[in-house]
Amino acid sequence: MQRIGDAPALRRLLIGSAMALAALFLLLPLVAIFVQAFAQGVGVFWTNVSDHYTLAAIRLTLLIALATIPVCLVFGVALAWLVTRFEFPGRRLLQTLIDIPFAVSPVVAGLVYLLLYGRNGWLGNWLDGNDIQLMFAWPGILMVTIFVTCPFVARELIPLMQAQGSREEEAAVTLGAPGWTIFRRVTLPNIRWALLYGVILTNARAVGEFGAVSVVSGAIRGQTNTLPLHLEQLYQDYNAVGAFASASLLALIALLTLAAKASLEWRTARREDHP
Amino acid sequence: MRLSSLRRTLLAAALGIAVSTPALAEDRELLNSSYDIARELFAALNPEFSRHWQAEQGEAINIQQSHGGSSAQARAILQGLRADVVTYNQVSDVQVLADAGLVAEDWQQLLPNNASPFYSTTAFLVRKDNPKGIESWDDLVREDVSMVFPNPKTSGNGRYTYLAAWGFAKQAFADDEEQIHDFMRTFLGNVAVFDTGGRGATTSFIERNLGDVLISFEAEVNNIRQEYGSDDYEVIVPPVSILAEFPVAVVEANAERNGNQDLAQAYLEFLYSEEAQRILASFNNRIHHETVVAEYAEQFPETELLTVEEIAGGWDAAMETHFGNGGLLDQLQRRR
Amino acid sequence: MSAPSLPFALGSTPKRVLPGFGLSLGISLTFVSLMLLLPMTGLVGQLAGLSLAEYWAIITDERVVASYVVTIGAAAVASILNAMFGLLLAWVLVRYEFPGKRLLDALMDLPFALPTAVAGITLATLYSSNGWMGQLLEPLGFQVAYTWVGIALAMAFTSIPFVVRTVQPVLEDMPHEMDEAALTLGASDATGFRRVILPHLWPALMTGTGLGFVRSLGEFGAIIFIAGNMPYQTEITSLMIFVRLQEYDYAGASAIASVILFVSLALLFAINVWQGRFIKRLHGGHG
Repeated sequence: MQRIGDAPALRRLLIGSAMALAALFLLLPLVAIFVQAFAQGVGVFWTNVSDHYTLAAIRLTLLIALATIPVCLVFGVALAWLVTRFEFPGRRLLQTLIDIPFAVSPVVAGLVYLLLYGRNGWLGNWLDGNDIQLMFAWPGILMVTIFVTCPFVARELIPLMQAQGSREEEAAVTLGAPGWTIFRRVTLPNIRWALLYGVILTNARAVGEFGAVSVVSGAIRGQTNTLPLHLEQLYQDYNAVGAFASASLLALIALLTLAAKASLEWRTARREDHP
Repeated sequence: MRLSSLRRTLLAAALGIAVSTPALAEDRELLNSSYDIARELFAALNPEFSRHWQAEQGEAINIQQSHGGSSAQARAILQGLRADVVTYNQVSDVQVLADAGLVAEDWQQLLPNNASPFYSTTAFLVRKDNPKGIESWDDLVREDVSMVFPNPKTSGNGRYTYLAAWGFAKQAFADDEEQIHDFMRTFLGNVAVFDTGGRGATTSFIERNLGDVLISFEAEVNNIRQEYGSDDYEVIVPPVSILAEFPVAVVEANAERNGNQDLAQAYLEFLYSEEAQRILASFNNRIHHETVVAEYAEQFPETELLTVEEIAGGWDAAMETHFGNGGLLDQLQRRR
Repeated sequence: MSAPSLPFALGSTPKRVLPGFGLSLGISLTFVSLMLLLPMTGLVGQLAGLSLAEYWAIITDERVVASYVVTIGAAAVASILNAMFGLLLAWVLVRYEFPGKRLLDALMDLPFALPTAVAGITLATLYSSNGWMGQLLEPLGFQVAYTWVGIALAMAFTSIPFVVRTVQPVLEDMPHEMDEAALTLGASDATGFRRVILPHLWPALMTGTGLGFVRSLGEFGAIIFIAGNMPYQTEITSLMIFVRLQEYDYAGASAIASVILFVSLALLFAINVWQGRFIKRLHGGHG
């Protein structure tokens, strides 16, 4: 079975240039980070990573990411279903509105939340009066992280679901299948990779977000310092090894997410081979 | 799509970490909102104060730190961060809090030395043997000299450098405005890069090898020299420079709410004690305590320190006429 | 490609075949209102405090205008590079099997996972005159760090996942038959790619590139370390916003941010509209 771009020479050329490009552009920075992280040996690296404040930052960062993903998943699927399966007035506008988080620079995103929920905002003033603190605590960090990452899943799904069209689902409706069954049996298998990429991007951005979080976190060490904020603090302090050790952890989280994806791919492939 | 098992594993892992860290005891907590490069300084001071408080009052306490750019830190407090005390590197950032009614109006009179337990000045870091022979501000406007200091638009540190140079020019040209402006224009033109903060400027100078001189706080350039090898760099303290104050204040509205007024006040007073002053001096900050001053006399060369008041009529005026939008700094940097 | 799947015509009420309209509309609207629109009232509130003349003066300040030129120019260059390289990387990852493929795949998300400041510091380290890359490039008369090239590089780095990860699922989903049909009809690889594959990928490629461009306009952390930040030459718009924030001038910051916001939303809206039309044309009526 012949496919476009299968000629051996072309194939080698494309793979080669992609690898070279990725090596220069993406791998080299990664290597530089690890070189700096281990510049003073494994011992110093470990001391930095196992530091009380670093552990607290890792914990907060992971919890925020874990809480962000399900919210973004539900919203992303609902929105993609809505705009690709139905025609209604304001559809394009809605589709553009969800891009607001991409269009707002992260620091400004943090600021608008601060202006609303902070002590001087109308809502924040009421919250403050009732002794509810959202900003400078984990709820605020979670809110801005969701803001920054919410478009990813929808953005992954929309072009794919548009390209696929809805004939299969319509056929299922004609056969009398209930809504959830259609979604689970027909839609989900078709969109699972896009969904997974969406989750991967959401996760990556959620653990790495700095600008928006820095505005609403208050940066209390051991309490509201996320890993990116902690890292920045170490760097300011001339603890480059500590900073890059934290950076290498963030890179590791990205690599682990991808490893999870790979194992999922592998298991799915096996299940499909041996049903 | 079997995400669930993966998620369950991750959740278990996260909860594992959450549970495994012992919950902090119910000690009273004091939150200090500080500037970005002071982490190690307060990491050294805080345990001393805790010990001191425990010995005197028999109470165990827990001091929390928050660090960041000083105006971003003040913004957080304005918007509801419940810090009990602030320890900043620019007076105007505490003044913003006072203007909002969070800090006492007369905060500069409540503690000695304008509520500034330590001070520093702006100094130069040059490369080994000072190849360009840089001794004072007028060497910096030579054509063959390029320098690195943080952007006065984004950094308090950069604002001190700008004002110090202005103060020098003001003295040298006997208040002649045109000459001062010419001097400053050349001075700003000799900057190689404008990093947004002091740390970025240091990296540019040391690791990127940019510029002949790095300008920063005296405490900073000394720390940098110790950090990166005292043989490769030299510290030059110019004969005329600026008095950089590090103001502290109790955020009364918050301390009251947190029931920490006594603790907050004692914490700031502690910074003036002999013990604390010694720690401050060991981080290359200039101090006031006479015994400690004598001990560290060698470390801090005599130099004429101009105040922001003398140079620009105080911080409020400086922020408006020099650094504000369309102010003197903008005019001096305008394309010609 | 027969009967249109979404029967709608001007003047007639659309008939909704599929279930879940109410539910998905409910979730979407609730979320969009609470998480996106409500906070934006903060921005609007700040802007409302400015007169039109003040607003105009802030956004047309000489130095701010210079920063638009730098930002948009560098973002455009970064986006063109990303569209080409992103397509290449997505293609290689989907179509070929080769050793190291998993690692390559993993690397794609790196720019998102790293806090932007780390990316900026690392890029500046690599491309300054004494860095690994800078040492090679500088003798050739090619200075990257502290020029607009460095800004474009940092932008390209932070936004390349958008292109790769948007094109990848669409390419994965493409049926084999499309290739075969083209090749059976005697088309060469190049023609087949241009005539069959590229049209199918266009919407995703444009979306990815557009998102990357928009992200580049707002990027701050990754750029400031490599930009040099010289007035009128390498100052980006995000820095101008940052400066206003430092001065507690929220209204000024909001005004400049609103310019970036409007430009970005207009661009994304245009892509959305174009994409809808394009797909309809491609599928003969499928929306």
